[in-house]
Amino acid sequence: MPDLSINFAGITSPNPFWLASAPPTNSGYQVMKAFDAGWGGAVWKTLGVPVINVSSRYGGVNYRDKRLVGFNNIELISDRPLADNLREISEVKKRFPEHAVIASLMVQSRQEWHDIVRQSQDAGADGFELNFGCPHGMCERGMGSAVGQEPKVLQMIVEWVMEVAQKPVIVKLTPNISDITEPAMAARRAGADAISLINTIQSIVGVDIDHFAPYPIVDGQGTNGGYCGPAVKPIALNMVKNCAQHPDVRLPISGIGGIENWRDAVEHILLGASSVQVCTAAMHFGFGIIREMVSGLEQYMVEKNFQTIYDFVGKALPNVRHWEDLNMKYQVKAHIHEEKCIGCQLCYTACEDGAHQAIRLQAGTRTPAIIEENCVGCNLCSLVCPVDECITMERHDDGTQHLTWKERTAAGNIPTTFNDELAGGRHHWVPEPAAALGKERHKTLPGKARALGVIEHKTE
Amino acid sequence: MAEFSTPTTAQEFAENFAQLKPNMSRNEALYESSRCLFCFDAPCITACPSGIDIPQFIRQINSGNVTGSARTIYEANYFGNACGKVCPTEVLCEGACVYNLQDVKPIEIGRLQSYATTQAIAENKKLFAPGLANGKRVAVIGAGPAGISAACELRALGYEVVVYEAKAQPSGLTLYGVAPYKITNEEALAEMAYLQGQFGYEVRYHAPITGRDDLAALEAEYDAIFLGIGLGHTSALGLPGEDRANCVGAVEFIEALRQRQAGTPVGRMVVVLGGGNTAMDAASEAARLGAENVVLAYRRGKDEMGAYHFEYDLAKGVGVRGLFNVAPLEILGDDYVTGVRFIRTAVADGRVQEVPGTEFTQPCDMVIKATGQAKQTHFLHHIPGLELDNRGRIVADAVGQTTNPQYFASGDARNGGAEVVNAAAEAKVAARGIHAFLSK
Repeated sequence: MPDLSINFAGITSPNPFWLASAPPTNSGYQVMKAFDAGWGGAVWKTLGVPVINVSSRYGGVNYRDKRLVGFNNIELISDRPLADNLREISEVKKRFPEHAVIASLMVQSRQEWHDIVRQSQDAGADGFELNFGCPHGMCERGMGSAVGQEPKVLQMIVEWVMEVAQKPVIVKLTPNISDITEPAMAARRAGADAISLINTIQSIVGVDIDHFAPYPIVDGQGTNGGYCGPAVKPIALNMVKNCAQHPDVRLPISGIGGIENWRDAVEHILLGASSVQVCTAAMHFGFGIIREMVSGLEQYMVEKNFQTIYDFVGKALPNVRHWEDLNMKYQVKAHIHEEKCIGCQLCYTACEDGAHQAIRLQAGTRTPAIIEENCVGCNLCSLVCPVDECITMERHDDGTQHLTWKERTAAGNIPTTFNDELAGGRHHWVPEPAAALGKERHKTLPGKARALGVIEHKTE
Repeated sequence: MAEFSTPTTAQEFAENFAQLKPNMSRNEALYESSRCLFCFDAPCITACPSGIDIPQFIRQINSGNVTGSARTIYEANYFGNACGKVCPTEVLCEGACVYNLQDVKPIEIGRLQSYATTQAIAENKKLFAPGLANGKRVAVIGAGPAGISAACELRALGYEVVVYEAKAQPSGLTLYGVAPYKITNEEALAEMAYLQGQFGYEVRYHAPITGRDDLAALEAEYDAIFLGIGLGHTSALGLPGEDRANCVGAVEFIEALRQRQAGTPVGRMVVVLGGGNTAMDAASEAARLGAENVVLAYRRGKDEMGAYHFEYDLAKGVGVRGLFNVAPLEILGDDYVTGVRFIRTAVADGRVQEVPGTEFTQPCDMVIKATGQAKQTHFLHHIPGLELDNRGRIVADAVGQTTNPQYFASGDARNGGAEVVNAAAEAKVAARGIHAFLSK
């Protein structure tokens, strides 16, 4: 079997799956239960001066019948006395010496940082995660994302921590910033051992349209919270990639954001993460999801013949390029596998209204046909098709040519004026605007109901 | 032992006749509506005789606009809830759902439709209002799906409408002829009350229009007359012994069942004659009323039955036994039925032929004839110039106008007997036809 264990900046763990600093790591009870279930590590709910929370605290984004594709919270750091947390950290470490217990910390003064770092390492914590990410409640007090958004302040605080820390220090970054690599580089300059990202994204998850208040509602009102869950994974992946590719960051990355199964974890790892942290999925489904995550990761590694996690950390990074480096000679076109088509015609209407009018309907069948000369290979049809592998994108160039925007620019072969002959869409067929008006079928109300129409009411 | 014991209370009746398409909860509607693909030019719409914009109403349910969903449904079909429950959706909208081609369960369109309309009815949502009065009057004969649909549409167009109904309650076969496990009396009547509340047509119950004098009075009083009279009683078979007690017509049996419910008498051993959907209903119902043996006897083979497959499956599922390629010769008994004498048949060159020497007797204590309903030709002959086709159906043009221009017709009397949805859809068209005729 492959070896799932990791040594993350000096913190060892039987597998790369850690619980993120959040409600699931609020107590020794939860962390022990999680380790017992198979989690490799836990970043303790952030320690500091205990807070007082409000009720309610969480809001969800549902998509159709799927609950919590997005999630947000307005909960703060630990509301438990520090001594209780530290005592439980000791207990957990005694019972689970091989597992990683990382103390998440957030305080203000240099003295407080020194005190809490010393007390945490005395309690047996394997490392620290400095919470410079929390985007609500704490930032207004000059902590959390208020620090993460000011690289100089971040650097100074990390330096304070490094003065006393005898265990690895991870700096947790906020995504609420234009360029995530700025605070990442500040962490490196200050001597941090690793970074973790992303913390939650400042958000309003929804508005109660009956009571005119944002969710979650606290006595008829609400505030912006921190967004997480499956919906944030794409944002997290991009920021993980940005840090992993940056030549001046060069720190181990703990990937956080939208990780719910092994596949999400592999994606984070392929873009440079060497441990992953999970919160929302554990809050939604409980600690039991770890079995699927470990099993899936193991199977993936067996099939790819990876012996350790490090065999594929960052393996996708060489293929993540700037847009200007992509091969403009590469050409794919959609192909409809007629035998699989169920005739929903979503591809037709998507291409017709949302893309390039490159799919037509055919008499006598509900299966649409690709108009190859109009197809720009955008993928939209294959994305909306509800049948697996029914629409595939087939390569049409011969694979011999390679030309990038950068190369075209260097050769002076790019459009530069508003009506340039070199415009990419210059000779691409576009229907006459007026041709849109006669298309009855574009209204989704055909058949008898449409023929009859609705009575225009002149009521008594 | 029979599958069902004879129901003696309303609750037992409700259990034996449990709804095939029970009302959805909000959660179930959310899950089911979430599955809809929102097909372009959706096949379900094309398959619906009333052309309801199904993807639209499902999307409205999904986004929490249930009232808007009910409006979408009712704008196309005034029997929105009834059709959601009683339509043979398996061969209409749900049969056309593209999921079938993917071996995925089709969307439960009928139940979603009823979810939206039931909520509008329960909350008495104001969706429609009578149109500005145009001073013209239309009489509607028959308060069934055709008549009520025509009345709604005519009211929306500003006509004064009086519906003449021979029976005590509205909605026709939805209340008197559909199997009780498809829709309850309360549900059928609630939709009627809702529609009448919205449109404000008048219904005169116990007001049969029977002869020339009645018609002449209507002709004088109204600008147009809509015929939504449906079909008549079960046709006689012309068999010896057909008049014995407990030899009943399916239509009459079902009507009694819908009215008397748990108190409906049924035999211990029942023979149902026929192979259509009404035969399947009657057989199922006899079994659910506690009959120990129900035999469905049909002149041809199983595959030649006119009934939908799922209707036969439903009957089989409650213990009904099929007896195929048999023709009844005589209803046996004294005052009461004691059996049916059959002869076996064979189909040669498409024609049913009796096989000599194969007579046998099937003992029973009840015979239900589900062998078709008579047309109301006697009544229709009182209408001057009204042409019927060779099967007794009213001849009408595309908008329902008959050969007597003052008369329009829709529903079973014109189409020979079809679904509620056909009557509802045709009547809407006919109402527009009346409007066009009277607007000339």
